[in-house]
Amino acid sequence: MKTRTLKVDYLARVEGEGGLDVKIRDDKVVDVKLKIFEPPRFFEAFLRGRQFTEAPDIAARICGICPVAYQMSAVHAMEYALGVQVEGPLRDLRRLLYCGEWIESHVLHVYMLHAPDFLGYEDAIQMAKDHPDVVQRALQLKKAGNQIVTVVGGREIHPINVRVGGFYKVPTRHDLEPLAERLKWARDAALETVRLVAKFPFPDFDQDYLFVALRHPDEYPFNEGHLVSNRGLDITVDRYEENFVEEQVQYSNALHSTLKGQGAYFVGPLARYNLNFDRLSPLAQEAAREAGLGPACSNPFQSIIVRSVETVYACDEALRLIQGYEMPEKPAVEVPVRAGVGYGCTEAPRGILYHRYRIDARGAILDAKIVPPTSQNQKTIEQDLWQFIPKHLDLPPEKLQWQCEQAIRNYDPCISCATHFLTLKLDRK
Amino acid sequence: MAARAKPKLAVWKFASCDGCQLSLLDCEDELLAVAGQVEIANFVEASRAVVKGPYDLSLVEGSITTPHDAERIHQVRRASKFLITIGACATAGGIQALRNFKDVRDFTSMVYATPQYIQTLNKSTPIVDHVQVDFELHGCPINKYQLVEVLSAFLNGRKPNTPSHSVCVECKRRGTVCVMVAQGTPCLGPVTHAGCGAICPSYNRGCYGCFGPMETPNTVSLSEGWVRLGATEPDLVRAFRGFNAFAEAFRRESEAHEDQNPKG
Repeated sequence: MKTRTLKVDYLARVEGEGGLDVKIRDDKVVDVKLKIFEPPRFFEAFLRGRQFTEAPDIAARICGICPVAYQMSAVHAMEYALGVQVEGPLRDLRRLLYCGEWIESHVLHVYMLHAPDFLGYEDAIQMAKDHPDVVQRALQLKKAGNQIVTVVGGREIHPINVRVGGFYKVPTRHDLEPLAERLKWARDAALETVRLVAKFPFPDFDQDYLFVALRHPDEYPFNEGHLVSNRGLDITVDRYEENFVEEQVQYSNALHSTLKGQGAYFVGPLARYNLNFDRLSPLAQEAAREAGLGPACSNPFQSIIVRSVETVYACDEALRLIQGYEMPEKPAVEVPVRAGVGYGCTEAPRGILYHRYRIDARGAILDAKIVPPTSQNQKTIEQDLWQFIPKHLDLPPEKLQWQCEQAIRNYDPCISCATHFLTLKLDRK
Repeated sequence: MAARAKPKLAVWKFASCDGCQLSLLDCEDELLAVAGQVEIANFVEASRAVVKGPYDLSLVEGSITTPHDAERIHQVRRASKFLITIGACATAGGIQALRNFKDVRDFTSMVYATPQYIQTLNKSTPIVDHVQVDFELHGCPINKYQLVEVLSAFLNGRKPNTPSHSVCVECKRRGTVCVMVAQGTPCLGPVTHAGCGAICPSYNRGCYGCFGPMETPNTVSLSEGWVRLGATEPDLVRAFRGFNAFAEAFRRESEAHEDQNPKG
């Protein structure tokens, strides 16, 4: 019997620490394990006993790349528990803040983490030697996203301005004007990005995925909507735990999620795109069509195009929000404290992020549950590798390893989040 | 060859959120200039390429929380000429050091169905509890301009200019009216290490201590001030038990208020 082991001890260009073990016997894949050894940090445990007002700041520390997502899911869950609705300009500002995070996070992934795979570089800094203009554009585009987060949130990593009920301080129209100027440039740069990545070589790898994302009656989803799938799921966010289960596996510090009775599912840009193409702005739809994408896309390697299209959308939407902004009289709505259970689910750059909190009559958190996007994608990533590797066993080991890593990076996995990755181990005999 | 003479920079991650090392990639205007001055020899979040040690400068993010990491930090130290910790996790144990005040076994069973699969230490500890550290950069997250300053200082053989006074001085410098005096908003600014630029008070909110204790903070006096504004003992425990809960001055102060109210 011929055995081969493919082992990547530390997956590079992913956020956090993980690895991959693959076992091959006589040219058959017999085991795939995506291992997350990011040390557990027990957020759900130490949130107990804290005040509901502290949840957005504490939960943000789960992830330095998508802190806004953690803050947004936390405030929506708390507002659900307290019976509070945040509307009008305050709601728009939250959406604007989220646009900033999507731009910053997507551009980081598209250019710094994923594009080097397609162009054959170890990293973006090496890529900058041959393509200085491309990397400069990437950095300035990323900066446009970070500037939104800085103006609305106070700083780009772990923003300080988000609170249950709204914000501590709201910007004036004048504060937002410089952002608009920069965003006009950024929108063009994002369109250029779509054109650039559309030309990358993509392996044929269309799969029949179960996509899950939020869907809103009028908008491409950020903060609100129903949870829907391409196979008939359509539920309110408070029914998440009736429909999805998390289970622990021995080799990973991150819990695996499945949709009851249907198994592995796919969250993130590709899922949002497939379930919400009609909600993208006309400019973003046109950019997708020019790049050769229809309203559906089931090749995860092309997620880099979808992420770029979403970047166009986020720039477009941020401009729309800034142009229509009227400064509200108060930075936050009143938040009367009462006992209750609250559910929140928002679209982090990497997909749906679910929070549930139970609080007592004095506002202390009794228990908390947080399900990040990467733990929801873990099983789907493993399934992709089960499919991908047998078709590419003729590749030299080093090349096969790189392509497996690339297949994982399709998901922009955030391992810091998932434990609340990557070492690749290919065992081949 | 000129390239060979460049100092080798390595970035290491322990238990953390990735935010502090992301600060390096968030230096949009400075990143390529920094990359021109050093050889990025190990930065897993950004690159597949790994250059063997020893390294001239190691940036360490994250705290020590597992038996494996307690070993690994010694390897990093042995391979590094200078070792700089970046952020509250590496410098004070981070938010995950909240376990240090409880029994970690309770925490594991709250989050995981099969706690025996999880390997973790009872405490989350800063890097300096394990190896010698050449410089500590505070913040949750660190300030990216301070990071560039620290890199530049070490590359040029000088001391980094990162003031150790309180956030209050930063408020005065940017002309922010004191939120504690003018609005009666409890604020950790008087005992918190400068570095963020006093962001929170400029957004009408009290400082919540991301940069940890300043040099010789008078936490007792500040707590009295908070009580005059209506803060309770449990409020004080929570205030000092944030992202720098295990930093000595904050730990002592939170424990003092817990003693008076065992329910916390």
